[in-house]
Amino acid sequence: MSPPPATGPEAVAAARAAPGPPEDAQVLDLCDLGLEEGASVLVKRALKRLPVGARLVVSGTDPALSVHLRAWSRAHGHRFEPAPDGAGAPAGTIRRGSADEDRWHGSQRAGAPDPTAAGAVADRPRAAWGLAARGALVEAGAPEYAFALDDREAVWTGDAARTYRQAAAGQWDPATAIDWEDPFELDPDVEAAVVQVMTYLIENENAAMVVPARFLGQVHPHFREVVQVLAVQVADEARHVEVFSRRATLRGAELGLSTAGGQASLLTLLEEPDYVLAHFLLSVLGEGTFLALLSFLERHGPDPVTRRVAQLALADEARHVAFGMTHMAEVLAREPAQLGRLATAIERRHDALAHTSGLNEEVFDALVVLAAGSWERRAVAEGFRRVLELQAEMAEGRRRRLVKLGFAPERASALAALHTRNFM
Amino acid sequence: MAADNGLVMGAVAYDAKVVTIWEGFKTWFAGQGLDFDYVLYSNYERQVEALLLGEVHVAWNSPLAWVRARRMAGAAGLDVGAVAMRDTDRDLTSVVVVRADSGIDDVAGLAGGTVAVGAVDSPQATLIPLSHLRSLGVVPGSDVQVLGHEIGVGKHGDHVGGEREAAKSLLSGEAVAACMIDGNHLLFSAEGTLPPGATKVLTQTAIYDHCNFTAGPAAPAGLVARFVDLLGSMSYDDSEVRPLLDLEGLKAWRPGRVSGYGLLEAAVDESGFYDEKGNVTASGYRP
Repeated sequence: MSPPPATGPEAVAAARAAPGPPEDAQVLDLCDLGLEEGASVLVKRALKRLPVGARLVVSGTDPALSVHLRAWSRAHGHRFEPAPDGAGAPAGTIRRGSADEDRWHGSQRAGAPDPTAAGAVADRPRAAWGLAARGALVEAGAPEYAFALDDREAVWTGDAARTYRQAAAGQWDPATAIDWEDPFELDPDVEAAVVQVMTYLIENENAAMVVPARFLGQVHPHFREVVQVLAVQVADEARHVEVFSRRATLRGAELGLSTAGGQASLLTLLEEPDYVLAHFLLSVLGEGTFLALLSFLERHGPDPVTRRVAQLALADEARHVAFGMTHMAEVLAREPAQLGRLATAIERRHDALAHTSGLNEEVFDALVVLAAGSWERRAVAEGFRRVLELQAEMAEGRRRRLVKLGFAPERASALAALHTRNFM
Repeated sequence: MAADNGLVMGAVAYDAKVVTIWEGFKTWFAGQGLDFDYVLYSNYERQVEALLLGEVHVAWNSPLAWVRARRMAGAAGLDVGAVAMRDTDRDLTSVVVVRADSGIDDVAGLAGGTVAVGAVDSPQATLIPLSHLRSLGVVPGSDVQVLGHEIGVGKHGDHVGGEREAAKSLLSGEAVAACMIDGNHLLFSAEGTLPPGATKVLTQTAIYDHCNFTAGPAAPAGLVARFVDLLGSMSYDDSEVRPLLDLEGLKAWRPGRVSGYGLLEAAVDESGFYDEKGNVTASGYRP
């Protein structure tokens, strides 16, 4: 059985530890502050400065002080000797026990907060560091968390802190960043094309939200900056889903089409279990390709709202791609042989999607109409030309990024061409 | 009789966490090579009877259960011994508390009033403080009325609820004084059940001891010695055993001692809780 250990809310105040009078004892005068009013914090502080076994004479005018010091000392593993009654006498003497020190026996410092400091980021953070802040002193015996991504080699990106700061500073509010009331008139068929493109974008942004979200919970929180980047990336995509949905329903309630081929392509992204490969496929190739698409919409969108939502999403996606590129570059710098794995991932995804129809015609046609802005013959021809240009630009962007990662130009071209026709 | 080759301990299930605690100890003892098992009882009276019958080797006894076990064993010509206790079981005190603005400055001022206590079988919140008042010339039931708070009867005050209700009775004005263990006065004051400064300690009992592991007459000496050795080896700096010690509310196990039960023995006699043979004689006590 146990009477519950006596503990209480702890207020902060300055200790009044004075140089000790007789023998080895230190003195703490609590004046009128009761142990239940926060004086326990002062007692702890004073004891902490003494070696185990040393004595602390505690005095004060709270009438219950001696009663409470006895109970408190017992519960905290100290010994208490009340002073003989007498006017102005101290409440008693605490002989310091070792329990507060014993608790931290075998504890371990979980790296250091500044990731650039030597030894700050562990190669393989311990499972029992769990959710502890990087740099915290972690008590031995903490439960072991199962964070699957605990290998610095695969996870860490030195640029994460900077990327996160940029991302945090670049957040925008969909309610105010876009003038949803900006007046425009569109031919109903052009509006339908915009709705189809938005429908397609939402589906793709859902993938871009879910993929990092799935890894977010697996990365050991020791790699704090990486987790933060993933988290803000998820938030970015959530915002994109919102603004594309809002644009899609600006003039009507009905959305466009979602094809089996499109979904099959995105499913291969979601099913990639390897963090590095998933990041490569999503951010370098998929989102990289989307940069061209969003830039296209920013330039050729038929109305100001479409152009604005594309512009805002583009800025975010550019950051995602840059982070993906930095991550890949660091992985490859540590282990150049990883280049082969990246290539294989592209080929495998291509093979898996070989039987699908790729980009649906509706999206392609919608882009043409959207870029044309009208049904006038010459305008349609111009729109068609622009979409072909877009596709070429997308392939060139992929090729350029692959070359930058270290693929030979011909190999990069071949791999860029294998990328899913569904863009993402 | 407790079967097989291991040590069997009885404990009272005063809270669901008791299962967590003793499952943890059982696993740890097994890791140290001691075959240990436990049996839970719903009240201390049944546990003490089981100890004397040899159904368990060792009982994790409340101080009141120790008093009864000692008396029953004595009457039957058997031996029981207190073999270990927590550091937190030593040198406790109880207090009688009044409202700070009550104008009551000594125990004589309680006369004609009502004193709130815990459950009828609580050593710390009923038996010992009432005996203390008696020793100061205030006779419970005649000089003062006693207001009991029968929560967890049979669990010898392990449930903090009775004491907390006694404290609330003091605040509400139902009682002029309330009895509780020293640590709970601090706890209730810190958590706000008793607003800081709203109460004052009228009187404090002398020190007494609380629980102990009581080895029964059927306890195999070798196993008990091993059990006590292992308890003594549990160190608060060991992260494996620290959660168990925290749950059970101690920093270190100490050897059992019986020098701290005098106050309770006297209180039991004065209140007629048990007779000298350990028979339950408290009226209306239904564990």
